[in-house]
Amino acid sequence: MGKFLLRRLATNLILVALAASLAYMLAATTMNPRGAYEGRQPPVAEEVIDATLDAYNLNDKTPVFERYLTWAGGVVTGDFGKTWNGGSVNEEMGRRIMVSLRLLLIGTLLGFALGVAVGAYSAVRQYRFSDRAIGVSSFVVMAVPVFLLATLLAIATYNLNRGLGFTLIEYTGEYNPRLSGWDQFLNRLNHLILPTISLTLGSIAFYSRIQRNMMLDVLNQDFVRTAMAKGLRRRTALFKHALRTALIPSATYFAFAFGTMLTGAIFTEKIFSWHGMGAWLVDAINQNDVNSVAAVSLFTAVCVLFAAFLSDLLVASLDPRVRVS
Amino acid sequence: MRSKVVLGRLLRNRQARYGGIALLLLIALAYIGPYLGAYDWTDKDFLAFLSPPDADHWWGTTSIGQDMYAVTLRGMQKSIVIGLLVALFATGLAALVGAFAGYFGGWVDKLLMWGVDLLLVLPSFLIIAIISPRLRGASWLWFVVLLAAFAWMITSRVVRSMTLSLREREYVQAALYMGIPRWKIILRHIVPNLSSLLIIDATLNVSGAVIGEAALSFFGFGIQPPDVSLGTLIAEGARNATGYPWLFAFPAGLLVLLVLAINLIGDGLRDALDPGSNS
Repeated sequence: MGKFLLRRLATNLILVALAASLAYMLAATTMNPRGAYEGRQPPVAEEVIDATLDAYNLNDKTPVFERYLTWAGGVVTGDFGKTWNGGSVNEEMGRRIMVSLRLLLIGTLLGFALGVAVGAYSAVRQYRFSDRAIGVSSFVVMAVPVFLLATLLAIATYNLNRGLGFTLIEYTGEYNPRLSGWDQFLNRLNHLILPTISLTLGSIAFYSRIQRNMMLDVLNQDFVRTAMAKGLRRRTALFKHALRTALIPSATYFAFAFGTMLTGAIFTEKIFSWHGMGAWLVDAINQNDVNSVAAVSLFTAVCVLFAAFLSDLLVASLDPRVRVS
Repeated sequence: MRSKVVLGRLLRNRQARYGGIALLLLIALAYIGPYLGAYDWTDKDFLAFLSPPDADHWWGTTSIGQDMYAVTLRGMQKSIVIGLLVALFATGLAALVGAFAGYFGGWVDKLLMWGVDLLLVLPSFLIIAIISPRLRGASWLWFVVLLAAFAWMITSRVVRSMTLSLREREYVQAALYMGIPRWKIILRHIVPNLSSLLIIDATLNVSGAVIGEAALSFFGFGIQPPDVSLGTLIAEGARNATGYPWLFAFPAGLLVLLVLAINLIGDGLRDALDPGSNS
């Protein structure tokens, strides 16, 4: 087991290094950070620009391979370099990870929990009205892309607030910096409402479909019948025996979604103006910010591999068959 | 014979029937609809900027006087074509790579699966976002290739594991001993036996690609102007959606209907092709 884990760690490290290097090369060869300085009024002398870009390791006059070595040397020691205007990528990343975490943790957990509950309920009530209603609505929700849903929510809230004459639900930003203490906490929660809805609705629909199908599969199996035959109440048999087994596939998806959560909400973050990791990627591409782009790519690659590992662990803990083999 | 059974099951499936009818109507709207309207999608009516829907401009006009009806249908044509092509490329590639890796095993398998892992780890959004604005002027087919290049990896893993068991079947072994070249065995015996999985996957890939194109275009990383797609129209409409709702409502509504119809067909196909499956 230890040897297997070590080998896996080694291949993962190589994959991360390759992915990050490719991303750096792509960004460094196609992006033009010089443009942000050249267009300034009053004009900046070329030597000054060169010196600035050299200091940030962004000068396109340096051969790209040399820049890559400088960057890679920094990354190995834990330094991701400078942003296009000289800020520290590390600090920016730390701040943005926290923003994304505050935005996404609740939504991701809530989406999974509600989705599993809705799906299990739907399976138990198979072919009744509630099952059909849940099925149809999850199909409709899954056909609405998240950027459309977020835009619709923002428009609806804008009209609601205008109709009421005051701001009932906030639809942009993370918090109001002028408030403090308890008020600010409530304000933060208010800002969370819309993004959380836009994040959870889709995952509820997704998990409920998987969970319903798995649950139906399990409900007809012998071990559930045996559990009820030995005198367990239906509720206990369903929760303790059926649900646990039926959780395995949705748990796999959940582990993956949880691992990649921090960079997965590009649209929600952009539309509701939260400055998290997902929004950073779009901003960095638009600002020709080579080092930030490379840092986000590296972070994403690590997240994906971590997520794959997490899902393996979770399956092993839920499924005795995997543990034994 | 089997195709008849499957078709019968598909037509009896209510979801698939509604989805199919809706998709046919949408395709008819996209390709026949433009002939019914009075304006071409390149026309600009300088007497009507941002006019709401009326008898002349059925779905209103944009800020530069384009007829929304013509432009939206043109965008929908593009979205449909992109969806179909991406699905075709992605599923085809997944089938070939997965089947070759599974059938040959050894270093071919290792190499191909390693490539799959690498592509899964690469930031696809970043790569498409950097490359596609530079395709301005080039053919939009490159955008299709880009989208397809990042949509096939997971299916190819599934195909590979199914090929591993197909490889041991008697008829595959028999074909091998009859001296049929291996690549022919893969195309003739392995891939056709995976057809139900591949058909379902292709259908779901269509809706995935339609959404993916719209999402990328929403940030300006997708189809480049002057060409339009549902995604670019939604992105433009969303900016003024409160004041001029017709700019947003028509493309957004059509996008949802399109994806919904395709998903319904995909779900129905899964029931028809694979009655025992539950995933």
